[in-house]
Amino acid sequence: MMAVLDRLHPEVGGQMRVVIDYDLCESNAICMGIAPEVFEVRDDDFLYILNDTPDESMRDRIQEAVERCPKQAISIADD
Amino acid sequence: MTDTITVIGASLAGLHAARTLRQKGFEGHLVVVDADPHRPYDRPPLSKQVLSGEQDAEHIALQAPDELDIDWRLGTRAVALDQQARSVDVITPTGEAGTVSYDQLVIATGAAARSLPGTDGIAGIHVLRSLDDSLAVRAQLDAGARRVVVIGAGFIGAEVAATCRERGCEVTMIEALPVPLERAIGGEMGMVCARLHEQHGVDVRLGTAVDRIESDADAHGHRHVRSVELSDGTSIPADVVVVGIGVQVNTGWLQGSGLTLDDGIVVDDTLLAAPGIVAAGDLARYPSARYGQQVRVEHWDHAIVSGEAAAKRLLAEQRGEEPATFDPVPWFWSDQYDRKIHLAGRAAGHDQVKVVHGDVDEFVFVAVYGRGDQFLGVLGMNRPRHVVRLRALLDRGADLAEAIALAESL
Repeated sequence: MMAVLDRLHPEVGGQMRVVIDYDLCESNAICMGIAPEVFEVRDDDFLYILNDTPDESMRDRIQEAVERCPKQAISIADD
Repeated sequence: MTDTITVIGASLAGLHAARTLRQKGFEGHLVVVDADPHRPYDRPPLSKQVLSGEQDAEHIALQAPDELDIDWRLGTRAVALDQQARSVDVITPTGEAGTVSYDQLVIATGAAARSLPGTDGIAGIHVLRSLDDSLAVRAQLDAGARRVVVIGAGFIGAEVAATCRERGCEVTMIEALPVPLERAIGGEMGMVCARLHEQHGVDVRLGTAVDRIESDADAHGHRHVRSVELSDGTSIPADVVVVGIGVQVNTGWLQGSGLTLDDGIVVDDTLLAAPGIVAAGDLARYPSARYGQQVRVEHWDHAIVSGEAAAKRLLAEQRGEEPATFDPVPWFWSDQYDRKIHLAGRAAGHDQVKVVHGDVDEFVFVAVYGRGDQFLGVLGMNRPRHVVRLRALLDRGADLAEAIALAESL
């Protein structure tokens, strides 16, 4: 199933949370190229989320990572 | 006043254009037209997970939530563009002539797979571009077809070969050029890819053209492929033939429209083809300052970023804003067996390629492409982290020496 939550109007005042479906992730690392403060593929070739509740100012870049992940493994949850 | 934006082509580029229009505040009438009656789907799995049987149509559907408020015209083929009238002539799903109007237009009709001349009407021969193509090949494999011949050792052919090999088929891969992927990644790295397939037991025939296809007719006169006859006189028995010899852009319908057509729609450095008209995806030929020439990119990531940029270009036109230049660093990936191949930038025009990490014989490595001092691109196999770091250097125009230094430090 597609794991993308395509939020056009994020909830005001909510906290953005980055969610990874690790069954889908294959460490292509495109997310790391877009937002290295949040996504890091390490030497072990696994993806690590450095901060799963990034500041709202990062939303555009996180959303770009969501769009450009070849496996659609990233989604944003607005808590 | 822009009431209506029409998008012709509902695959990855067109769909991202539509989504971006809504995300960036377009509230007017948004029409999306496509000849395919199916809702949009993602193509990369067609040569991999769909072909292997791991995934089906529902897994690869592209998200287009109802809140995008799209007026879908699927099964509707665009046949002509009238810039004066701001309308597109179409054939409706019932076969009637119709028109779709626009105030602004996104053209993203992409490309079609080239087929092998003289193979029409022979069962067992396929291109691999659409969901139907992938399901047709899969059906043959599921029914027991074991001898697969792949014509073309480009990325589509290579992925099909890998998937079929992993399904236990006998695979022969035929490439007319002496080295595969020469334009995409250069001859030296192309040979590494050929060796990867040989290591997995694929019979790789380089520098060999297909002379003809031999087929048998059944009692009803329906022909089915029997063998592929090569230019060197050899004959390869085949149950399934998959042709991956490239694509031709779908711009025939734009003849006489006034747009500049030259192996794609020629656009400016903001993706504008004409006032109120942008092009995105496989068929957009744009001037790249980065590479000093016009380029047309057929990759997945490009469809996304160009679709998004095309949408923003139309909004800039609407709002009287300064448009952004479009000149991204191309990014490409291919999954073959347990290898991930990544290419950031381009290899075209390189005068040197240097392996800066790992070992090509292990099929784990990073190589950089240069032209003089210029850093053109980076190729990685199972080294995504390195490719991403080097890609950042491409983004900011670092030179080759800096790229090599960084790579060797990682």
